[in-house]
Amino acid sequence: MSLQFNNEQMTELKRLVARYPEGKQKSALLPVLHLAQDSFGGWLPTEAMDYVASLLSIEPIEVYEVATFYSMYNLKPVGKFVFEVCQTGPCMISGSDNIIAYIQKQLGILPGETTKDGLFTLKLVECLGACGYAPMMQVGKVYREHLTKEKVDAIIEEYRQQIIAQN
Amino acid sequence: MGVKLLLEKANVPGIRTYDVYRREGGYVTAEKALKEMTMEAIVEEVKKSGLRGRGGAGFPAGMKWSFIAKPEGVPRHLVCNADESEPGTFKDRYLMEFLPHLLIEGLLISSYALGSNDTYIYIRGEYAWVASILEEAIIEATKNGFLGKNILGTGFDCMIHVHRGAGAYICGEETALIESLEGKRGNPRIKPPFPAIQGVWMRPTVVNNVETLAAIVPIIKMGGEAYAKIGVGRSTGTKLISACGNINKPGVYEIDMTISVEDFIYSDEYCGGIANGKKLKACIPGGSSVPILPANLLLKTAKGETRYMNYESLSDGGFATGSMMGSGGFIVLDEDQCIVKHTLTLARFYRHESCGQCSPCREGTGWMEKIIQKIELGKGEISDIDLLWDIQRKIEGNTICPLGDAAAWPVAAAIRHFRDEFEWHIQNRALSQTSNFGLQHYADPIHVPA
Ligand SMILES: Cc1cc2nc3c(=O)[nH]c(=O)nc-3n(C[C@H](O)[C@H](O)[C@H](O)COP(=O)(O)O)c2cc1C
Ligand code: SF4
Ligand code: FES
Repeated sequence: MSLQFNNEQMTELKRLVARYPEGKQKSALLPVLHLAQDSFGGWLPTEAMDYVASLLSIEPIEVYEVATFYSMYNLKPVGKFVFEVCQTGPCMISGSDNIIAYIQKQLGILPGETTKDGLFTLKLVECLGACGYAPMMQVGKVYREHLTKEKVDAIIEEYRQQIIAQN
Repeated sequence: MGVKLLLEKANVPGIRTYDVYRREGGYVTAEKALKEMTMEAIVEEVKKSGLRGRGGAGFPAGMKWSFIAKPEGVPRHLVCNADESEPGTFKDRYLMEFLPHLLIEGLLISSYALGSNDTYIYIRGEYAWVASILEEAIIEATKNGFLGKNILGTGFDCMIHVHRGAGAYICGEETALIESLEGKRGNPRIKPPFPAIQGVWMRPTVVNNVETLAAIVPIIKMGGEAYAKIGVGRSTGTKLISACGNINKPGVYEIDMTISVEDFIYSDEYCGGIANGKKLKACIPGGSSVPILPANLLLKTAKGETRYMNYESLSDGGFATGSMMGSGGFIVLDEDQCIVKHTLTLARFYRHESCGQCSPCREGTGWMEKIIQKIELGKGEISDIDLLWDIQRKIEGNTICPLGDAAAWPVAAAIRHFRDEFEWHIQNRALSQTSNFGLQHYADPIHVPA
């Protein structure tokens, strides 16, 4: 098997499992899937799910049924930066439609698509608990709030620079 | 300025850290509870306080605690519901982000009262950075002897674990949350058995909202009776309201429940009035699941009395002319907003979040979304309105969990109060694509404060 946690990730796995009672290691499934997704390129190929099943001594089907239920697990490859823009009522009345249209135009993609350079994916999501700071989106582990066109431009540029700095 | 019991210290620089929280009097109440009070005495104070669950249903917290089964040799668990996914609601996030130790202190006292040695915070997965803040606070509290083994030499052991969800509104429903905590899909369980008898890992479990558990600190500090004196009637204590939409000052506010809805919207201390000098059209006062009210019924009850921001007054008139306090997610819509389009986003939300176990909810939410979308796109028929009404009525009360009701109510209320706007969409197909119905609805003089 080629997908494997490194030592540090293994330590984290043990910490996660230790939170639950003896024999209830399946309870760690959601946190461990987060760890796997973060460790294996932002999505969960079948191989990663099978690996998680073996680590937690559960059946692969138990992992598949969970991974397909929760919206945060990506079952297909995604770009380096996933723009998850909220489109629910409170954000909608605060102008999320315009922001979504603007991001589509600036990135040249539709919701659900990834830019050709593999950098950005656009996803439309439901309420993220930031309704008072609308319009907003989640990118990785952070929220970008009070979005305006200028702010969207600056954010896209920021991530582009981040990639250039890494290379 | 109203009474502040939860957010009083929110602006103290560094209050997020143990040192500052402690210097400001933090954990003194936990010391009092663990060293001087019995478990039963704490439950008694919570009962006296009249505290009602802040997660949406408003069930008395003390009563819930007294239901927990205590079979010999079986561990019990307290689970803090930090799933916060009801559109319009973002108050728990604020509490956890800025006052993590207040929640930890509340959890410690509550865990002691319930006999929970391993307490879990189930936090929505998207609040990843908030989970980190909580983990940090737990490490600090453990280092300082407020979590871990033999706390304060009392012999009580308690550890708090942060469990991140992964994106599913339904996991806020307590039995779905328990399933999710067990590493499964968030499918609500059929009750009974209730969690207080058989909850997580079939052990007795109490699930309470973040704000409910934070409120335990001021209750034990001041005593249940003193807490019950704040507010009015059965709306005791203070309530966090997360206000959003077309207002000047969106944000999280702590209110004692004696303020009128009008003052809450128009005073500078709270929402600061409608943004851009527009007029108020409608409001969903308690999170997306509760009925929307047009401005006239929001500010005054059907009897013409002032409506207040508390459980009783917000629900005055029942669903015919009232709404609910719900989770405290206060969504304000101005005159430019389209009720059909807004209702469509909510219908889509519930269709997306239905777990799919019950046919009325799974199928019904999908139909409602499709029909409202058709109307919104200028392709509706007048008969569609009655069809919508019929579908929502068939969902309500016919499902395993209340998500079905939560999906039905917003649609029902939109039709009940804004039927003419739906009809206008259908009768003015082209026009409805380029302009809004606006405030035409209010042929009656509506009271709009200067
Ligand atoms: C669909 C659905 C979603 C819910 N979401 C939440 C939530 O995000 N947070 C919460 O505290 N309660 C939520 N609840 C209510 C919980 O089931 C439960 O009543 C609550 O956590 C009890 O805590 P309380 O008594 O302190 O309010 C939800 C209920 C339903 C039916
Ligand atoms: S009402 Fe909806 S969300 Fe609740 S159990 Fe049934 S299908 Fe699932
Ligand atoms: S509606 Fe967008 S964050 Fe709540």
